Amino acid sequence: MIDFELEPQTLERVKLYHMVAEQMMRPISREYDEREHEKPQQFLEAMWSASALSDAVPESGSKSDGEKKNSGPRLRNLYTVVTTEELCWGDAGLFLSIPNSGLGGAAVMAAGTPEQKERFLKRFRGGKPKWGAMAITEPGCGSDSAAVTTTATRDGDHWVLNGTKIFCTSGQMAAEKSEGFVVVWATVDKSAGRAGIKPFVVEHNTPGMTVVRVENKLGIRASDTAALVFDNCRIPFDHILGSPEVRPEGGFKNVMATFDATRPIVAAMAIGVGRAALDFVADFLKQQNITVRYGISPRRLTAIERDFMEMEVQLKAARLLTWRAAWMLDVGKRNNLEASMAKAKAGLAVTQITQKAVEMLGPLGYSRQYLVEKWMRDAKINDIFEGTQQINMLIVARRILGYGSKELN
Amino acid sequence: MIDFELSEEQRMIRETVEAFARDEIRPAARAADESGSVPSELIEKIWQLGLVTSAIPEKFGGSADARSAVTGAVVAEELGYGDASIAVHALAPRLFAYPVLEMGTDAQRERYLRRFTSERFVPATAALMEPRFDFDPTDLSTRARRDGSGCVLNGSKCFVPLAQSAESLLVYAASEAGAGFKGVDAFLVPRDAAGVSIGEREKNMGLKPLATCAVALTDVRLDSEARLGGEGGIDFSRLMSEARVALAALGVGIARAAFEYARDYAKERRAFGVPIATKQAVAFILADMAIEIDASRLLVWEAAWRLDRGEDALKESYLAKNYVAASALRVADNAVQVLGGHGYIREHPVEMWLRNTRGLAALDGIATV
Ligand SMILES: Cc1cc2nc3c(=O)[nH]c(=O)nc-3n(C[C@H](O)[C@H](O)[C@H](O)COP(=O)(O)OP(=O)(O)OC[C@H]3O[C@@H](n4cnc5c(N)ncnc54)[C@H](O)[C@@H]3O)c2cc1C
Repeated sequence: MIDFELEPQTLERVKLYHMVAEQMMRPISREYDEREHEKPQQFLEAMWSASALSDAVPESGSKSDGEKKNSGPRLRNLYTVVTTEELCWGDAGLFLSIPNSGLGGAAVMAAGTPEQKERFLKRFRGGKPKWGAMAITEPGCGSDSAAVTTTATRDGDHWVLNGTKIFCTSGQMAAEKSEGFVVVWATVDKSAGRAGIKPFVVEHNTPGMTVVRVENKLGIRASDTAALVFDNCRIPFDHILGSPEVRPEGGFKNVMATFDATRPIVAAMAIGVGRAALDFVADFLKQQNITVRYGISPRRLTAIERDFMEMEVQLKAARLLTWRAAWMLDVGKRNNLEASMAKAKAGLAVTQITQKAVEMLGPLGYSRQYLVEKWMRDAKINDIFEGTQQINMLIVARRILGYGSKELN
Repeated sequence: MIDFELSEEQRMIRETVEAFARDEIRPAARAADESGSVPSELIEKIWQLGLVTSAIPEKFGGSADARSAVTGAVVAEELGYGDASIAVHALAPRLFAYPVLEMGTDAQRERYLRRFTSERFVPATAALMEPRFDFDPTDLSTRARRDGSGCVLNGSKCFVPLAQSAESLLVYAASEAGAGFKGVDAFLVPRDAAGVSIGEREKNMGLKPLATCAVALTDVRLDSEARLGGEGGIDFSRLMSEARVALAALGVGIARAAFEYARDYAKERRAFGVPIATKQAVAFILADMAIEIDASRLLVWEAAWRLDRGEDALKESYLAKNYVAASALRVADNAVQVLGGHGYIREHPVEMWLRNTRGLAALDGIATV
């Protein structure tokens, strides 16, 4: 039966995460926007110790830990999106820099065998802070992820990787600055197309893997975005996730499975940033004694009231779509269409909401004295990574039309 | 705990009404639009579904399911999917019956509810809107002045559905100027009361089959029994919230109809040797429609869910209604666009849906869940 109320366990945690966002992230938000490529060590350490204690780090392999699982929220994907919103309300760049298994962990969860999940993910339960990263994008291909040219060649008990990956979130932290790993997507057989593309776990500091650049960005500057070169990089044979066999239904399909779970999270990131901007504008209007009059004739609203209501309802629409996509995963429904709907809606809506917030505040919006201009810069990434606006629209369109990538591309 | 799924019972209701909308209402929609009238057999058939009677308590002769705004929104969407004008016509008796049911005194319920348990359609209505560009339910020009124990109504109303055939009207008027929702009362007014004059049938861009009229109220004298809810009056904010949820849900239904029509057309229609749906410029329009329809429905359901919990949903229903007003219009407009020149011709229903979605956007308070 239709119900929009979160479980009590989730609501409790949301409060906790809000405190983290407010008291630990906001105070350093501006600082690590300006000090790009520097890391807030204290914050990262604190988040790491908190996550090691918590039973709610979904990608970190805690699934094998039955006892912990039972005490946590039942709808775990939903839990992840609502807490993600909270942390990104604090700061999206800092959120992305938090040590955890990240997208690399998501790939292991989606494509790995049970033994691999345990082997690669147990490190995230303790010890020093660690990062996981995932590298698909290359200089020559992003949206067209099936066109990756990085190769993996079998050599006895090893695979040898060659190629260049770019725009890898937390790539530097995972590859060089912690005992983490990077999941690299490479082709074992170019003639096999998509079916030949496989994920490989490359351990930190593996010889032949080099971070050649860390990008300077428009926003989310607290998060490192790395370019990695693989030059005869040798990794053990059992670091290929799942089966090494080239089968049409294997391999690349798992990239897509990963995205079904992570797109709602990126949508939630956007929503967190959007809500930060909305809350800021709401407080500002209050200070100015401007009330927003809900319920009256729309023809009697001021432009400010209209703008504010539009921002508010767009954000809510995006949130409801996002919650639905996460909930579907939790109850075992396929959510490929709904995940892309949520991501497309949230990415664009929040891009517009944050731009509107800057506009509404006039010179104050543009000033670096406040965080609104930063949120506008941070928000934009959500309409780009994990599938651009257009790629998510393409997925929605294919699903509603019953087309494959041949008919519609 | 979060759940995006309707209950078993709601799914059954949805299936029933959807099938009815597809098989009975939609085929009649174009002819009704052209002639400006709804076949009375169809209205009787819809009445037989029990969409009004089912909310009337057994002690007044009804079948009394617990009313639910979510269920109401589901039903409204399906009826709107069939045809919005016919839906508003068929549901107009609710505009009178539901406020009486929800906020009437025992005597008022006893007196008025029984008639809605009839086997045949009972026309009844409410008069809320006023002929002003900035019509605002919180600032009505129609006034109720106290007069002894009763009161006197003055003002003019427009967009009153079925005004010519309804036996009684529920007239909304401000008892206290400047008091917003709190200053508004509703009055049970017989159509033949002295001072009530029903104007000509209105002519509008869309929703043509729906017979609406202007109603002038000149010194309409009412006794104390006529004030809905007696001394306590009504919770007008809640009634408006229910109305907005209903109008929004109807809008989602039209949008869905337009989307499905355009989608199917785009897969059939060929240009440059391929179906037009295989072109991104067309496919992305369709994807946008699908996203906006789902977003709209979720906003409507969330507002309805609040109403069902007895919470205040003024803001949520208002935002949902305004959102759908814009999204449904855009979806219908895009549906015309996807059909190109053919969309502009009255042989296809999309131009009608464009006119009708604009109608729902312009209206306030003339449907309820
Ligand atoms: C900060 C940041 C972090 C990132 N993190 C990661 C990461 O951790 N791992 C990783 O693998 N990648 C990551 N990425 C890469 C990101 O996923 C890609 O940038 C994105 O998928 C787009 O690819 P592209 O940049 O090559 O753009 P292109 O694919 O070249 O696209 C350019 C434009 O063309 C449009 N376009 C492309 N194809 C189509 C089509 N078929 N139909 C219509 N329009 C189309 C796109 O929407 C876009 O507007 C990150 C990027 C950034 C900026």
